[in-house]
Amino acid sequence: MLALEAINVSKTYINHKALNNVSIEVDEKSIFGLLGPNGAGKTTLIRIINQISVMDEGKILLNGKPIKPSDTTSIGYLPEERGLYKKMKVGEQAVYLAQLKGISKRDAIRELKKWFEKFEIGSWWNKKVEELSKGMQQKVQFIATVMHKPKLLIFDEPFSGFDPINVNILKQEILKLRDEGATVIFSTHNMASVEELCDNIALINNSKVILSGGVDEIINRYKPNIFKVNYLPHKPIELRTELFELVSEEQNGNLHSSKIRLLNGTKPNDLLTTLTSQVEVHGFNEILPSINDIFIQEVNQTPNSSNE
Amino acid sequence: MNKIFLIIQREYIIRVKKKSFIIMTILGPVLMAALMILPAFLADWSEATHKNIAVLDETGWYYEKFKDQDNISFYHVHNDLETDKEKALYEKGHLLLYIPRTELSIPVYAELFSNGQSGLNLTTYIKSVMKREAENKKLLASGIDPELIKSSKVKIKLSTIRVEEGGIEKKSNTEVEVGLGIFAGLMIYFFIFMFGVQVLKGVMEEKQNRIVEIILASVKPFQLMMGKIVGIAMVGLTQFLLWIILTGVFLLAFQSGIFGGSPDALDMMSSQSQISSMAVGEGAGINDPFAMATEIISGINFKIMIFSFLFYFLGGYLLYSSFFAAIGGAVDQDADTQQFMLPVSIPLIFSVAMSGVIVNQPDSSMSFWLSMIPFTSPITMMIRIPFGVPVWEIALSMGLLVLGFLVSTWMAGKIYRTGILMYGQKVNYAIMWKWLRYRH
Repeated sequence: MLALEAINVSKTYINHKALNNVSIEVDEKSIFGLLGPNGAGKTTLIRIINQISVMDEGKILLNGKPIKPSDTTSIGYLPEERGLYKKMKVGEQAVYLAQLKGISKRDAIRELKKWFEKFEIGSWWNKKVEELSKGMQQKVQFIATVMHKPKLLIFDEPFSGFDPINVNILKQEILKLRDEGATVIFSTHNMASVEELCDNIALINNSKVILSGGVDEIINRYKPNIFKVNYLPHKPIELRTELFELVSEEQNGNLHSSKIRLLNGTKPNDLLTTLTSQVEVHGFNEILPSINDIFIQEVNQTPNSSNE
Repeated sequence: MNKIFLIIQREYIIRVKKKSFIIMTILGPVLMAALMILPAFLADWSEATHKNIAVLDETGWYYEKFKDQDNISFYHVHNDLETDKEKALYEKGHLLLYIPRTELSIPVYAELFSNGQSGLNLTTYIKSVMKREAENKKLLASGIDPELIKSSKVKIKLSTIRVEEGGIEKKSNTEVEVGLGIFAGLMIYFFIFMFGVQVLKGVMEEKQNRIVEIILASVKPFQLMMGKIVGIAMVGLTQFLLWIILTGVFLLAFQSGIFGGSPDALDMMSSQSQISSMAVGEGAGINDPFAMATEIISGINFKIMIFSFLFYFLGGYLLYSSFFAAIGGAVDQDADTQQFMLPVSIPLIFSVAMSGVIVNQPDSSMSFWLSMIPFTSPITMMIRIPFGVPVWEIALSMGLLVLGFLVSTWMAGKIYRTGILMYGQKVNYAIMWKWLRYRH
């Protein structure tokens, strides 16, 4: 079941095309990563899903039905550029934002108290926002985003401005929200967190989706079929050149390690068999590309025609 | 609809709770009451000091003619200028009126010595006495009996009476109407500016501290804009209402409290005018200008005044604040607002500048058109209303104003919704025009 589907969405601003036939599919109860360099169109797509901007062409389906204005109450959105009313008290402000999401004042206060306790910020309730540090404000914003228990959560660069400890707390909370049944879309440059959190991703560059799919599947698709082996003793290995290619060799203490590429559909076991007959294998593992590598590789391949 | 109500509520409450609002609310009526009471109070206070004037009349023409007044006594001295000056000014602290001998057939020159200010009433009185006496002497010299002239003088009383539909007659007095009209016009001007700028600041605050995107994920840009405009309008109405109530309370408190035993401030105003009319020597036509003013004020339809004040304040505010909202949404920096603020303010400033012309000719075609154009009508029409404006004109002007702010909010909404999420763009009129035509 798809929680959200964007079909051939296009959007042109006065002098530039922000989205060009973009389609994404977000599975229910999964975490979806929206990746791309600055100015690729991520924020535009997110704003269209939030009905802040209007698309020129295409369709957005929420739970299989075209999205409508009242759906904003079932979406939680944490924008990249975010702020709060500086002169307003933290508690009042959070209640106000919750009320705008259609929650009654009483429910909002009850729910907020819970979250404030969980984040150990109960004492902030009557403080003015301007008295809080930026990281503290981010916590309040996060709570305001999730407290109305939205089915769909959209985070744009959620971790910017947080210290590592709070990033961890946030990650745990995001995973928990997913486990409790929410669908999460998040856009980030932080590739490590993408691999850690995301089930599926879409890479947007120059207003187009250039890559999408499950994280494991994409990594699999991009893997170079290279294995790293550690072995003893130090001596050259004989490899059949039609099956294997020696990529590199290095001496590491008294262990010797080589990187070997499998060619023409050779299986890892074939390599192991070849090796065990010649040397003693101490380590054997596949070298997988990181999402970061794939990202850089893909973005550099597509011509960078326009800039914002 | 519920959401726009939440926005209105927030905008209203945060402003009403502000210290500056509370201070303004109290200070405004205090100033207003002071403005009404102080002149009478001051006049009374300054008149209270009694003045003694020594008269050294070397011509012998005038000294008998000066009669003691409420706060002024005259007495004669017969030495020379130096001695009398010494005595009157330095020993007794009085004033000295010196009328020197002259070669002219009729002396028309005098000097008034004093230690401090001599006061306008006193000099006016001295001059009028001398003038009358000199004129009489001149008439006698030409063989004309001054009594004849006096008896032939008539005082014309002209009451302007406006006949309204249905034959209802109303006494009118231009001065009161001018004052009332200009006061109402200026109030509209201040209210539109004061609260229009609050809209501008509020919109810019949301844009600058970047909360706007969070809010826009819940509400439509137009709802946010209108919520803010309406919320601030209600702040304005609250302040206006409190001002009216508090001014009344202060005036009452002042009258019963401070002037407890003595005649009240308003009586004093009239007694003050009586002194000046008495000084002229001839019986003034109307003895109690205050009573006359009351009569005229009661002739002005205050229901229409207050209703149209509220209407033109709201209409004018809605028209202008939508422009202010559009500007606030379009620019990033405070400094950039200047270039857009000026053209928006010009019609307002222009209508205030024209107020003098309008009170002179409230029925001229220029006054008519200025009170029809929505940009100038709130101020111009308020100036005209105390003079009496046909109902159809008011209705037409109000209708045009409603039309005006509907169009302006629609246009402002388009600029606002594009601009509010646009950062780092140097905005100019060409870009705003593009936003306006931009299809969402």
